[in-house]
Amino acid sequence: MKITPGGVCEPGTTRVNKTGGWRTFRPIYDYDKCIKCKLCELLCPEPAVLPKDDGFFEFDYDFCKGCGICANECPKQAIEMVLEEK
Amino acid sequence: MSLKSKSLLAPGHRGCAGCCDAMAAKFTLMAAGEDCIVVSPTGCLEVMTTPYPETSWEVPWIHSLFENASAVASGVDAALRAKGKLGKTKIIAIGGDGATLDIGMRSISGAFERGHDFTYVCIDNEAYMNTGVQRSGATPFNASTTTSPAGKVSFGNQRPKKNMPAIMVAHGSPYVATTSVGYPKDMIRKVKTATEVVGPTYVHAHAPCTTGWGFDTSKTVEIAKLAVDTALWPMFEIENGELTKVRKVKNPKPVEDYLKMQRRFKHLFTMEGGEAEIKKIQAIADKNIVDFGL
Repeated sequence: MKITPGGVCEPGTTRVNKTGGWRTFRPIYDYDKCIKCKLCELLCPEPAVLPKDDGFFEFDYDFCKGCGICANECPKQAIEMVLEEK
Repeated sequence: MSLKSKSLLAPGHRGCAGCCDAMAAKFTLMAAGEDCIVVSPTGCLEVMTTPYPETSWEVPWIHSLFENASAVASGVDAALRAKGKLGKTKIIAIGGDGATLDIGMRSISGAFERGHDFTYVCIDNEAYMNTGVQRSGATPFNASTTTSPAGKVSFGNQRPKKNMPAIMVAHGSPYVATTSVGYPKDMIRKVKTATEVVGPTYVHAHAPCTTGWGFDTSKTVEIAKLAVDTALWPMFEIENGELTKVRKVKNPKPVEDYLKMQRRFKHLFTMEGGEAEIKKIQAIADKNIVDFGL
């Protein structure tokens, strides 16, 4: 590997690393229960919760590690954690 | 149709599922905005966001040594001053508790004494998590770590947590605050305030580590909130040496509620004499309630 002077990295380049493969449980939205409070988007450590143009959100399964913070904190229990199937 | 995430911390970083460091970094960047320069000492945050040749940061970011983040931030401040660009670009040093309370203590003290205009954010997960949960100056009383293991002769770490915010207040800092990743809006507001205040400012964020503390990855925020609700982590702001704001705790919960959810305190519930030790931890919480008027 060639190292650049100063070891410079280009911004946001970890996006090549699809961490979704780490996931054991997959979060799934129930849009009937969602009140668009944005808490899941705010708390996601990746971030792997993307806003949609209709005000709801969707998961970026390329990066979601399935930690379950969103489901645990959701005030309306609108997110369910489902075991991943291979 | 999905829109692009506005976060200045890109996904794909190697933080554990439920990582508190990633959350704290994300909130800090939300508070600081695009126009900032971030200095990060060695630690989980640096290692997991920037595995060369990749980085998660979407802002200028420098990795210093373990001990000199504040010295590098001082240099950034001096460089901006020399170029006549001071005042607009925010300078933030963001490190863990080991890099702040122990190894970087000398350099943070120097930078605050010289009065550089920067904000130091300490992400306090109460041990050296990156190297495998060794105790640090921030490890709380009776927590079991790999270098302060609970066993036949000990209940874990025998020393109380170092009072870092008080040390920074003693340096004459115009703004010192404590916050928690469990309260993102509070953290964003405090970091934003800190970056706007001229002079060296300090924000100490409590951050539960799923790997080091031993709890389910989904409980990071829940445990952070419990630390505040049991009065073990008081959240306050000190401006020019005066305590100006305190987050009140209505009906503080017993410390057991917080302790029993974590593996590092499990021995207190299984070992003989554990009950008396829990009482000592309750006394720490009770003292916080009196000291800060929670």
